[in-house]
Amino acid sequence: MSEALLEATLRLAAPLLLAALGELWVERAGVVNIGIEGTMLFGAFVGFAVAVATGSAPAGVAAAGLAGTCVGGLFASFAVLRGADQIVVGTAVNLLALGATALASRALWAGAPPTAPRIAPVFDAAGADLPLLGAALLRQTPFAWAGLALAVASGIALHATRAGLRLRAVGEAARAADAEGVPVARTRALAVLLGSALAGVAGSALSLSLSDTFSEGMTAGRGFIALAIVIFGRWRASGVLFASLFFGGATALQFRLQARGVGVPYPMFLMLPYLLTLAVLAVASGRARAPGDLGRPYRREAA
Amino acid sequence: MTRALASAVAGLVCVAAAIALLGYAPGPALRALVAGSLLGPAAWTATLLKTAPLLLTGLAVALCFRCGVWNIGAEGQLLAGALAATALATRGPVGAPAWLLGPAAILAGALGGALFGAAAGLLRSLRGVSEVISTILLNFVAIHCVALAVQGPLREVAGAYPQSDALPIAAQLPALGRVHAGVLLALGLALAVHWLLFHGSVGFRLRAVGLSPRAARFAGIAPERYGALALALGGALAGLAGACEVTGVTRRLYEGLSPGYGYTAIAVALLGRLHPLALIPSALFFGALEAGAGAMQREVGVPAEATKVVQAVVILLSTALSVGRAGSRRARAAEAAR
Repeated sequence: MSEALLEATLRLAAPLLLAALGELWVERAGVVNIGIEGTMLFGAFVGFAVAVATGSAPAGVAAAGLAGTCVGGLFASFAVLRGADQIVVGTAVNLLALGATALASRALWAGAPPTAPRIAPVFDAAGADLPLLGAALLRQTPFAWAGLALAVASGIALHATRAGLRLRAVGEAARAADAEGVPVARTRALAVLLGSALAGVAGSALSLSLSDTFSEGMTAGRGFIALAIVIFGRWRASGVLFASLFFGGATALQFRLQARGVGVPYPMFLMLPYLLTLAVLAVASGRARAPGDLGRPYRREAA
Repeated sequence: MTRALASAVAGLVCVAAAIALLGYAPGPALRALVAGSLLGPAAWTATLLKTAPLLLTGLAVALCFRCGVWNIGAEGQLLAGALAATALATRGPVGAPAWLLGPAAILAGALGGALFGAAAGLLRSLRGVSEVISTILLNFVAIHCVALAVQGPLREVAGAYPQSDALPIAAQLPALGRVHAGVLLALGLALAVHWLLFHGSVGFRLRAVGLSPRAARFAGIAPERYGALALALGGALAGLAGACEVTGVTRRLYEGLSPGYGYTAIAVALLGRLHPLALIPSALFFGALEAGAGAMQREVGVPAEATKVVQAVVILLSTALSVGRAGSRRARAAEAAR
């Protein structure tokens, strides 16, 4: 594997990794948020708009995180606090994101968004004489570094801290956790807020790092692929890291083949990530057990 | 009923606020919305033409939701149906009579949609793949399949644009006044799905699985099998919507054929509280909205995407308002059956 391919793998994996880690926390708390796709789209839009308005890409990333948190608040207020169906609320979030960002981007830029300042790799030419992995690592944007660091931190936080234990307890057996005095709704809502903040930041990686502009529906299913990554990664931080790298690598390979112009029609290339995700799910589903209370709204009086 | 109306009205209010916030004049925009959907025969035609695919895809979603299966893939199933119908009509037997080619194209559409639905159903029942994710992913697959087809095997003979040839007259849906026969087909199928769900034994089992898979299993009903069946049936309904679009409205296959009918379908199904007959007024509401939004975009320049905001608000409110009533009753039943 060439150095350039490794570098591209990590670069393309970064948004998936960030979003999937966010979803990992959410699902470990027993909530499925398919609104992660829309949350990413909001993040991509708000991050881009703020970066354009302020001229500062980091400000855009911060705003994207904040926007993600707000969307998470919307999701949590219906799906966690009111106990509405998580899939339905997630679908609404996705539709809202598609509609609202399209409306706003056309109102702001009349269908032709400008270019924003970009989050570039910090060390541009450095690291040429480092061993393979070192150079590929060093030439990344902070998105990739944050993703890698968060993957390690998530693994530790979920499995070696009290808060992580409580979070997993809520996702595994909400009633038992409640009986032990763990506040189920608060824990779940907090997980959703954190996870959505990460999804928002992941979205800004699309509009401020992988590209420098916003286009309608630019997440193009990456949020859904992140959902699949959590399953493929068996609801573990290390698994999520490897699954994200797998998808990043597949995308990097796809771009390379596409550039080489092998005689395959263009739409076929575009279809590949989704077919790959389906294939991976067909192999990986059912191999690992999902959190016990995943997707089940918790109501105390239902006992 | 009042709750459904309340959420519909709230959705409209939200979009009016959004339009004003974005600097469009809300007065003319709303006037265009109403005029383009309700005032005069041309507006009614537009509304009915949008209602047909929304009713069919809405039924596809509702049928699956009733069985506890989250079919978010009506959009892809619709496109698969449109693709299959076009393939048969433009690449099938030349000179086939209308009595044969018309129904055959419609049937091909249903099969195409059913194939996509069944793919998700089989992944679910055989491999345990969550249908939420698989149906969504299949939407993207279908979008690119259509692109592949119109750039390759189904591309028009003239070769000027990435679109199919015009469907032969023999394959086109007969006209019913200003609209096409697909509107009638959709209404008929709403009755048929109602009958199936509430008067047929298959429908009874589908609903039993939806209310409690575990209780259904004790009663000798295999939940996985019925889940897959629901997805295949739902796929067929959505595929019919796609077939009716190409044979009755667009007369060609091209990319961007559907303005997201399959996603709006979720709002249609939820506003109609998953009841096939209640889906008729619900589809009419969203059909009118879609038609009005088209007029609003043409005349005032407000992007038609505004309708998605209305759909989101309606979905949120119709679920939020149903929680604590039927919603929690169902949840309690599911809980008790665990």
